[in-house]
Amino acid sequence: MKFSTSPVLDLRLPVWRSRLLMLLFLSGFGALGARAAYLQGWNDDFLRAKGESRYSRVLEITANRGRISDRNGEVLAISTPVKSIWATPDEIKFEGDSLAQLANLLEISREDIEKRIQSTEKDFVYLKRQVPPEVADRIAELRIPGLFQSREYRRYYPGGEVMAHVLGFTGADDTGQEGIELAFQEELAGKAGARRVIRDRRGQIVEDMESIKPAQDGHDLMLSMDARIQSQAFTQLSAAMETHHAKAAAVLVLDVTTGEVLAMVNLPSYNPNNRSKLVGAQLRNRALTDTFEPGSTMKPFTIALALEEGRVRPDTVIQTAPGRLTIGKATISDAHPLGALSVAQIIQKSSNVGTSKIAMTLDREDMWDMFNRSGFGIVPSISFPGAVSGKIRPFKTWRPIEQVTMSYGYGLSVSLFQLAQGYTIFARDGELVPISFVRNAGVTAGRKVISAETARAVRAMLEAAAGPGGTAPRAQIMGYRVAGKTGTAHKVEGHGYAGHKYRASFVGFAPVSNPRLVVAVTIDEPSGGKYFGGDVAAPVFSKVMEGALRSLGVAPDAAMKPVEMPPEHERVEESI
Amino acid sequence: MLRLNLILFAILIICSLGLVSSQHQARKLFNSLEEENDRAKQLEVEHGQLQLEQSTWAMHTRIEKIATQTLRMRAPDARHVQLVPSPQAAK
Repeated sequence: MKFSTSPVLDLRLPVWRSRLLMLLFLSGFGALGARAAYLQGWNDDFLRAKGESRYSRVLEITANRGRISDRNGEVLAISTPVKSIWATPDEIKFEGDSLAQLANLLEISREDIEKRIQSTEKDFVYLKRQVPPEVADRIAELRIPGLFQSREYRRYYPGGEVMAHVLGFTGADDTGQEGIELAFQEELAGKAGARRVIRDRRGQIVEDMESIKPAQDGHDLMLSMDARIQSQAFTQLSAAMETHHAKAAAVLVLDVTTGEVLAMVNLPSYNPNNRSKLVGAQLRNRALTDTFEPGSTMKPFTIALALEEGRVRPDTVIQTAPGRLTIGKATISDAHPLGALSVAQIIQKSSNVGTSKIAMTLDREDMWDMFNRSGFGIVPSISFPGAVSGKIRPFKTWRPIEQVTMSYGYGLSVSLFQLAQGYTIFARDGELVPISFVRNAGVTAGRKVISAETARAVRAMLEAAAGPGGTAPRAQIMGYRVAGKTGTAHKVEGHGYAGHKYRASFVGFAPVSNPRLVVAVTIDEPSGGKYFGGDVAAPVFSKVMEGALRSLGVAPDAAMKPVEMPPEHERVEESI
Repeated sequence: MLRLNLILFAILIICSLGLVSSQHQARKLFNSLEEENDRAKQLEVEHGQLQLEQSTWAMHTRIEKIATQTLRMRAPDARHVQLVPSPQAAK
């Protein structure tokens, strides 16, 4: 049979079948075309993002943390870049002995590195942070794929332990953890920026695409501190702590006119650059966060109130013999019976009985008010973390004996900072000065607490207390008139007072003719035999004050002759 | 009609090439800007490190130690210090 006659050739399919097929194909193409148009025309963001993610990456630009300097521009804290080493676990590959070399450079064991890489689900893991740039460069030379470095900052404190408690320190992320670093975190911290770059397969940056947000460096901060005075204070306080085998000590130097803190030293201290072996006692900022019973350093406030209210005059005579006073079940005593004393002499000789007798004439509410307005019992309004309020109970709960003990500094607690600030009312004709840790220009206005006459009268009494006939002749400085008050207090332990544990303090100011500085010193548990404020704290006051006055170029207001010391047997012993 | 289309096509091509080259230019300029920024940052860092070094060398405790021990200096006695009031303060 010939092909042309094959009956199969005569078979005809119905026309609708080919039409249908054609329609199906066309609609198929149409659907594909529409989908393609939709993906690339209308809804192109998704694919574009997917595509870009293959090569482009948003990188963070780190911002520099602001510098901290002292009032003369000397740098106290500065951030310089270090590297952090990180890996993408999926990509990292060690060839040859590169793992051993890396472990060696990072000072981490090989097992640790492997564990860290394997244990995480994330595509990013830090191997080590804050690596010095030199080490980081050597790691980069190993050319390990999947291992990257990024820049971060490490804070350095050239002043070391001298400035430690003032500045505080920052954590691994360069955020403030303590002190000024924490208080001024907002200002100091920079704002990180971002930029988009094109990276190749190995993660090397090939090209910059755009800058999304420029990095903003933190602001520099100029403190009120004077590095010179601070380091003198540190040296003197360290020496005193060693001589008296004390547990801790603190000193504060305030500028009376501006309210600036010129120095603040706490001991024991620590090196903020190496904090690996830090213990709690070293971290404590004793001047601001520790409260204690101030003892006799509170007496001037009681006397000032009595003078202000006209209950006594500086020359009013009060009988303190026989050196004991019984109120209810309690007995208040002086170290030695002192006989009839004028109000001025009560401060000069630091008589508990005399102060108590004056306090008994005062209203308890007025006393509470006086303490309160002098800054005691309230959190000081300073920008410093951890500053405490101390404790003064509400006056309605005061029993008569408590009112009396508070008049000479027992039964209430204050911080050294509050004491130093409180004494500005005597140094500044009755005004309490707001204190600042940041440098400010010119005279700061204060808040009136007592009249200028009262302040001058108390100043004269305090000058006598720091003179040859007072409890602190060792506070004297050649060439300057000084005024101040000692305090020696038993330490509270458990439910009562510890027999042989004391806290010696001294708060004073100079030069008396036109006070410029307040210096407050406290020494905790001096155990070298001497424990009176006049023996332990006053000499530190004298040295710190002298150094500070000289370095500020304050004109002397007394004759240049050696200070007068009373003979040993005539020394006034302080009442505790 | 065809001529107009051809002209428009030619303009389109020219514009596209212009876009490409200006994009390239922009990236190049951006790159050099970044380079300069990096350099500025690097200098800033160096400045910081130098300041750090200066501060460390000029530590008061260090100066005092060298002055007293190596140079055998001491602070003058208060009696040997004469303070001269500055002319500004006198006014």
